[in-house]
Amino acid sequence: MAQTTQATDQVLRVNPINCTGHGVCAELLPELISVDEWGYPIVDPRPVPPALERDARRAVAACPALALKLARRGIG
Amino acid sequence: MTTTMPMPTNPASQAGRIASTAGLPRLLLAAPEDLRGHLARYGPVPFRGMPGMLIDDIEASGLTGRGGAAFPVYRKLAVVARRRGRKVVVANGGESEPASHKDELLLRVAPNLVLDGLQLAAEAVGASEAHLYLHSGPTPAILAALSDRAVMGLDPLPVTITQAPPRFLAGQESALVNRLNGRPALPSFQPPRVTERGLGGAPTLVQNVETLAHLALIARYGPRWFRAVGTSAEPGSMLTTVYAPNGRCQIIEAEIGAPLHTLLSGEADTQAWLIGGYHGSWLPMPDAVGLTLDNESLRRFGAAAGAGVLVAFPSDRCGVAESARVVSYLAAESAGQCGPCLNGLPRIAAGLTELAGPRAGRQVRADLERWAGLVTGRGACNHPDGTVRFVRSALTVFAPEISRHAQGRCSATNRTPFLPLPDGMPTSDDDWN
Repeated sequence: MAQTTQATDQVLRVNPINCTGHGVCAELLPELISVDEWGYPIVDPRPVPPALERDARRAVAACPALALKLARRGIG
Repeated sequence: MTTTMPMPTNPASQAGRIASTAGLPRLLLAAPEDLRGHLARYGPVPFRGMPGMLIDDIEASGLTGRGGAAFPVYRKLAVVARRRGRKVVVANGGESEPASHKDELLLRVAPNLVLDGLQLAAEAVGASEAHLYLHSGPTPAILAALSDRAVMGLDPLPVTITQAPPRFLAGQESALVNRLNGRPALPSFQPPRVTERGLGGAPTLVQNVETLAHLALIARYGPRWFRAVGTSAEPGSMLTTVYAPNGRCQIIEAEIGAPLHTLLSGEADTQAWLIGGYHGSWLPMPDAVGLTLDNESLRRFGAAAGAGVLVAFPSDRCGVAESARVVSYLAAESAGQCGPCLNGLPRIAAGLTELAGPRAGRQVRADLERWAGLVTGRGACNHPDGTVRFVRSALTVFAPEISRHAQGRCSATNRTPFLPLPDGMPTSDDDWN
């Protein structure tokens, strides 16, 4: 598509088994990720806005447990 | 409409039958039958001669999985059939829900129907390997059936038996595959689904043993025969484990869509029904008395038939205390792999236990609501979501009792535990193996 859209087709997903609640993702991307009272991430399920895509990629790369990833909507 | 009446049975045997209206029972024979009797009753195993042929009939039958999730069977068959190379089929008799005994009884009275279904499903998807996963390990009935079939040269594939560890989640599909792969029976984060990458990396079809028994009959008699019973959206019959208010347990093969009050007591001695087991829902009496045994009907109360555990909960017990017992068990049965489940379920259990006692803190209900929201949808498997469904329905249905407890009173006159749980709580991580 040539037009700019309001959202990418990327969503953030956490592998809850790998996740150790380190919390670095919420520090790098507070707009889309908060932590629960036990320190585990609560991720905004909506598509990542284009303006945050760079920060989202940084958060994915920084996860020490390799538990966070960007996935195409509707696909694992 | 069909009435399904439980017949008096010996409770120790846990066997039950229903009157033979509408062609039922289909699966549950009055007495176990050997291979000769089985083939005389049902005819030869109708192998189609090549993969794929059976799948259209299964689609037309509307058969759904009887392990609890009610997923359309033909879709899993089709996904695995499409794959090339080595493929695996597993009959899941893990039955790890402590209140459910229907698979255990089916495997005792009609093991050959399950084994027919396993071989037919293997042929349908083009599998080269067949497994049977059992809660109790190989029983004499299963071993006799396998040996009779081997003597007759009936089965194209040998069947490997694996015993499930005695844990609540051991029957979960990915946990089963992990166990068969020689690892602890813990759920995996999916995808990939086991239909894409399962046992030894091969596409793997996992079907509940009752599902396979129905499949074996559809292969013989066709989809129209199957649809003669049940509703148009949810055809067929299903095995249910039914608990009467006096604690008696029966296995009843029920028509899907049967009025629940014909299976369960709706009288004054029953204060609530538990439908769908420990990942299921409490339903209030008498409000729910008109519901039928199908998900279309149960959905209106946020419930589902699950694997067919149906409980008429007696009026003389405390529903809050019973729910707290069950949730403490479910919390202990968390695989402990996912942070929200590992942390949230014990807190939810503790909160519910506090509500079961006198004069709980004012904050407890709000805490429970918050924790329930926090764990939902955040596990690799459905354990947190299923537990929350049970908890939320308990908070709703037993709200008047919770209020009584807040004032220091409890209406129960009988403190004997009612809902069945395994003896002793799991003690070590070795139990998963």
